[in-house]
Amino acid sequence: MILGITWLVAFQLLGELVVRLAGLPVPGPVAGMLLLFVVLRLRRYDDEGSIVRAGTALLRHLQLFFVPAGVGVVTMLAVIGRDALPIAVSLLGSWLLALAVVGWGAVGLERLLGRPSDDLPAAPAPGAR
Amino acid sequence: MTDTVLDLGRSPLSMLAITLVGYQLGRWLQRRSRGHALAQPVLVAIVVAGLAITVLDVDYPDYRDATELIAFWLGPATVALAVPLHRQADRLKGFVVPLLAAILVGAAVSIVSAVLIARALGADDLLERTIAPKAATTPVAIAVADAAGGVPSLAAVFAIAVGILGAVAGPAVLNLLRIRDRRARGLAVGAVSHGIGASRMLREDETEGAFAGLSMGLSALAISLLVPLLALWLL
Repeated sequence: MILGITWLVAFQLLGELVVRLAGLPVPGPVAGMLLLFVVLRLRRYDDEGSIVRAGTALLRHLQLFFVPAGVGVVTMLAVIGRDALPIAVSLLGSWLLALAVVGWGAVGLERLLGRPSDDLPAAPAPGAR
Repeated sequence: MTDTVLDLGRSPLSMLAITLVGYQLGRWLQRRSRGHALAQPVLVAIVVAGLAITVLDVDYPDYRDATELIAFWLGPATVALAVPLHRQADRLKGFVVPLLAAILVGAAVSIVSAVLIARALGADDLLERTIAPKAATTPVAIAVADAAGGVPSLAAVFAIAVGILGAVAGPAVLNLLRIRDRRARGLAVGAVSHGIGASRMLREDETEGAFAGLSMGLSALAISLLVPLLALWLL
């Protein structure tokens, strides 16, 4: 576990270094994710390795790590209340529009390139998620 | 006596405990409701901790400092999104072009539509600049809003709100839109609801989670490049 976490932190640090040296506008951890992906591919890293075990354990609780930033909403309630309508409709509308564009766009391009793959049945059974 | 208890209640240790207990309560509700979409642990924990600091009269910056121990893990966990992607790498074949094109167009649609809808409903310039990068993962939304002249702390709240929206409603809306390729499903949720959406998709299916993680990373890059560009004519 600690060995895996050591690797994850090391790649986060490497990501920070690359982002700062290259002046990229992404956070260090995102660059670290892409770097780690390349290394795992090149090394043909196996499923029982320490990085996989530590990574899987952390990802199971990914939601927890957003809580401290999310609680910041209490300081913003007055501001949000003043502009509640534009904020709510803009967040919801833009979310839905972009979700449809990315989803349909990717599926449409797949069909165009002749490699469609429907994983889910056409009509989900009642009660399916 | 009351003072001693109250002091302990406001201590950093208590803030950590409240956050963890709130999260566990969320997980318990999720199990009890057999994975009901609204029972997202992040949502329950934010409500519990938000109520607690309001009742105990703890300043948010003090709460934030006390829970740094939890927030720290967001970095390594983001790096760890490489793991499901590595395990699903075979499924990238034949999907790279659709993936990149959809993310780029999706980022532009997300930014432009957020600004235009807000403007149409009477938002001011400051709010438009704050809401533009909301689909990016929290640290990127904060940095991009700041650079564009918005309010960073409000941008963080917007990012988390759309993240929770994706965790709650993402899979159901994808079903309504009849998107059945697991790669495209993950891609779409990661593009609009970043890591919080990715965590829901990981619970649903490893392929969906892996592509949501990749999509979150690439969308963060696209949004941080596009907001300054689109701001030239949009804002």
